[in-house]
Amino acid sequence: MLKVSKGKATVLTVVMSVLTILFLAPIIIILINSFKDKLYINSAPFSLPTGDMFVGMSNYIGGIMKTGLPKAFCYSLFITVFSTALIIVGTSMTAWYITRVKGKFTGALYYVFVFAMIVPFQMVMFTMAKVANIIRFDNPIGIIFLYLGFGSGLSVFMFSGFVKSIPIEIEEAALIDGCNPLQTFFKVVLPILKPTVITVAILNVMWIWNDYLLPSLILPSENMTIPIAVQYLRGGYGSIDMGAMMAMLVLAILPIIIFYLFCQKYIIEGVVAGAVKG
Amino acid sequence: MQKTMKKYFPIFVGPTLLAFIIAFAIPFIMGLYLSFCKFTTVTDATFVGWNNYLKMVQDKDFVHALLFTIAFTVVSMITINVFSFLIALGLTRGIKGTNLFRTTFFMPNLIGGIVLGYIWQLIINGILLSSGVTITTNPKYGFWGLVVLMNWQLIGYMMIIYIAGIQNISGDLIEAAKIDGATNFQILKKITIPLVMPSFTICLFLTLTNSFKLFDQNLALTAGNPAKQTEMLALNIFNTFYGRVGYEGVGQAKAVIFFVMVAVIALVQLVLTRRKEVEN
Repeated sequence: MLKVSKGKATVLTVVMSVLTILFLAPIIIILINSFKDKLYINSAPFSLPTGDMFVGMSNYIGGIMKTGLPKAFCYSLFITVFSTALIIVGTSMTAWYITRVKGKFTGALYYVFVFAMIVPFQMVMFTMAKVANIIRFDNPIGIIFLYLGFGSGLSVFMFSGFVKSIPIEIEEAALIDGCNPLQTFFKVVLPILKPTVITVAILNVMWIWNDYLLPSLILPSENMTIPIAVQYLRGGYGSIDMGAMMAMLVLAILPIIIFYLFCQKYIIEGVVAGAVKG
Repeated sequence: MQKTMKKYFPIFVGPTLLAFIIAFAIPFIMGLYLSFCKFTTVTDATFVGWNNYLKMVQDKDFVHALLFTIAFTVVSMITINVFSFLIALGLTRGIKGTNLFRTTFFMPNLIGGIVLGYIWQLIINGILLSSGVTITTNPKYGFWGLVVLMNWQLIGYMMIIYIAGIQNISGDLIEAAKIDGATNFQILKKITIPLVMPSFTICLFLTLTNSFKLFDQNLALTAGNPAKQTEMLALNIFNTFYGRVGYEGVGQAKAVIFFVMVAVIALVQLVLTRRKEVEN
């Protein structure tokens, strides 16, 4: 690493501090505006909510009434947690099987999953929504299987890459000692896969939690997730209740920031590992 | 081992494969077929050959969306990578607070596209307020608004990858160069930049695909306004499907072409990264 002199270090620190403020400013501005009367948000977005402008928590209360955000939060949480859990168990088992059982079929299957990884959602958006509608997967439980299906490409690919680096002798020893393949997988292989499990979990949580288009096409309006609830505020053309919008933006960001502060190390490592492999 | 394993195929692969067939394989094949059909729901399809593709080429909004998307992608790729590389250089000099800076710069990456779009809509409208216009007055505002938004979202992400690349460079190399009398700029040009080339490839393609496929941010920030002038490809496809009855087939044809373009980008990336690995 190239160290710099004290003078230059000070300049660098000042520049980075200014940048940090610039990076945080949008969120702080939203926070400030969430306490402002909606009439003043458009006309004075950068001033502090003083005097007449200050409305306390009424934007939050109004926004929650309009969007049902706590309910949306529960649906988002439910769908994200169970989809991610299912993706981890399902795709790690699949990846282990198709990497270890060598054959034309499993080889082809691997390439089909890799192919699926690069297909953009727009390609299957319309037909997937129709299929989901026909087989009654258009609800918060059905959508979990859709996420498993559409998300399996990347996750199978990442798990396969890691399984290839595990020495097969460990698994053979377990099988000889009397473990069946299921026991071998859950007691021996899965613990070794832990770093990749964390990476896959982070990538899928970030994708599913923030996903707007897929749930908006699949779920009925009584099962809104957070991004759908925020978009719902736009309503008819051009008419946004800015007060409620600001408050909902703050509430939508809050859980992400809390999650980030607690799992920062894993999130950054996971995202980088995913980027390098993907 | 192979024989005992084979009996377990339904348990290990079955559920994922089934979900994959339902959520991906069937919709994908149906989508390919339907791009040659006229339909409003998937059950009333009639084959029309290349008709949808012809209509797509004649659709001025689609051509505009394609050009807009390309322009946006190029500008975002350049700005994001320049800024994030510079910040990465600054944060690998061992200054105080490096971790805090890194944490803050990365954070916007975790916020969803819809939320990001509305955050920046407020801020850009606020800045434009003094001129008495809004972001949807002129497509230029929407374009640069999207660029700024994308920079805010992705700079931290790319910065992390560049930092990892820079920290991988052996300290001995830089020591040796210093002893030989190299200036800081020479070290940057002759050692740092050539050795972080793999990071450049990764970051360029990440920003490329992320910008090219952008949807949520586009929908929330301008929704394509004014008059579809800031509509990107993904949003144009969505609007063709759900905004115009009778145009579902054209929407599907656009989606197929969109997929082909994304696939070509991915193939180019694969070839480039493979070649680099051989060289090293």
